[in-house]
Amino acid sequence: MADQIGYSQKVMEHFMNPHNVGVIENPDGYGKVGNPVCGDIMEIFIKVKDDVIEDIRFRTFGCGSAIATSSMVTDMARGKTLEEALKITRDDVATELEGLPPKKMHCSNLAADALHAAIEDYREKQKKE
Amino acid sequence: MEERIYLDHAAAMPVHPGVARFCRQFPDGFAGNPSTIYREGLQAQEAVATARERVAALVGTSAPDSIIFTSGATESNNIAIRGAALRNRKFGKRVVASATEHISVLNPAKDIQKGGFALTLAPVDRFGTIDLDALAAAVTPGTVITSIHHANNEIGTIQPIREVSAIVHEQGGLLHVDATDAAGRIPIDVERDGIDLLTLSGNQLGGPDGVGALYIRPGVRVQPVLVGGGQERGLRPGTENVFAIACMGEAARLAGEEMAGESKRLAAIRDRLIAGITGIEEAYLTGHPEERLPHHASFRFSRIEGESIQLAMDMLGIAVATGSACTSRTLEASHVLLAIGLAHAEAHGSMVATLGRRNNMDEVPRIVGAVGETVKRLRAITPL
Repeated sequence: MADQIGYSQKVMEHFMNPHNVGVIENPDGYGKVGNPVCGDIMEIFIKVKDDVIEDIRFRTFGCGSAIATSSMVTDMARGKTLEEALKITRDDVATELEGLPPKKMHCSNLAADALHAAIEDYREKQKKE
Repeated sequence: MEERIYLDHAAAMPVHPGVARFCRQFPDGFAGNPSTIYREGLQAQEAVATARERVAALVGTSAPDSIIFTSGATESNNIAIRGAALRNRKFGKRVVASATEHISVLNPAKDIQKGGFALTLAPVDRFGTIDLDALAAAVTPGTVITSIHHANNEIGTIQPIREVSAIVHEQGGLLHVDATDAAGRIPIDVERDGIDLLTLSGNQLGGPDGVGALYIRPGVRVQPVLVGGGQERGLRPGTENVFAIACMGEAARLAGEEMAGESKRLAAIRDRLIAGITGIEEAYLTGHPEERLPHHASFRFSRIEGESIQLAMDMLGIAVATGSACTSRTLEASHVLLAIGLAHAEAHGSMVATLGRRNNMDEVPRIVGAVGETVKRLRAITPL
């Protein structure tokens, strides 16, 4: 399937109607990552209560799979503890999306990285307080 | 379900209905091998000869033998660059190409560097027009071949080929012109324009895929890239693809006949499309505003990415192209958009619409509406 370039139905659903789009004012954690490969940019905002991700939002500049993976990773992280959310990997995101074309796997990396960056940011802030 | 609107004719064209009618006359193809002398062979030979005359007529040469048939524009470009450079290496070992050439010109030009050739890429201005002063500086006395496309497939800009030709020939080298996107859309005359080698694609004329042609000015020496039997003057060995060649010939004939009217019709649609789409906030035309192909409209949109534009448009029933890094095999930004001076992020948000005979003026409002809706939706998601 190395030549596959088309997207799964699931990817298209998330691309056309992405979940959790937007910003959170005064977020507890914020992560922004850029993809040095293709130039995509993704940012994730989280609201945390009792170590659980209570609210999560994203904004993405990028291709269909970048938008779909942002939508999916925010769905997956919502309601999870920070520990659980940190365990979400790029492969988990791709699997939930019923696969990504091989060339697009780096997009799911970006989504997982943005989530992890937001959680790290939250933890840094906690240390300072 | 609304009808699909296809706007990626630079990538692939439907076969012209007149060509399809022509092809249907030969439901079993051609039985004979054109290298044989019995009746079936002679019929095949005649079909190829007729096609050669028709392609020759389209590009303004009275010497049909100056046309060889290939498997497409990529092969033609390879034979032109490699074949002419290697055969004439005693003249000099420098190759010049514009920075916005198609990859099937740039890659053979880069590849022969391994054989000791030096490559100079000549810059273009912000509209994609070749910088003639820079070209004059790049073309040195030892420049064996210079390759400048007639028009660009991503931004539609038409090059001043006659001026280019004067510069190249002043130093005595050869001029190759990739006319894949221009042929059948704007008049080409290899005599008047001073072209030594010219690449044509069968599909871009409205013919089938898998066939192309290369014009080689009589007297210009080229060595083959493939070796085998002596077909096509030894430059393209292998039994001729007779059926595809015959159909390409018919496509060339029809293209020549219909070009003036069809180009005028498409240019009117193009202009309406450009007016509508550049009316969208932070939407810009790429390429030259006037010196552009009649069927070609190309844009960039700030703060959004091209592949997602392409996908969203597809969902709205419209097929468009993009030069976005996300859609390229290498994930690199379009070398054409970088060459006209766009930043990487700007090159990311490109959209190309290339028109064909099935498109009409009535489609314009729906296209402009779909682009507007897509841009608005994607901008609502963007962090930029």
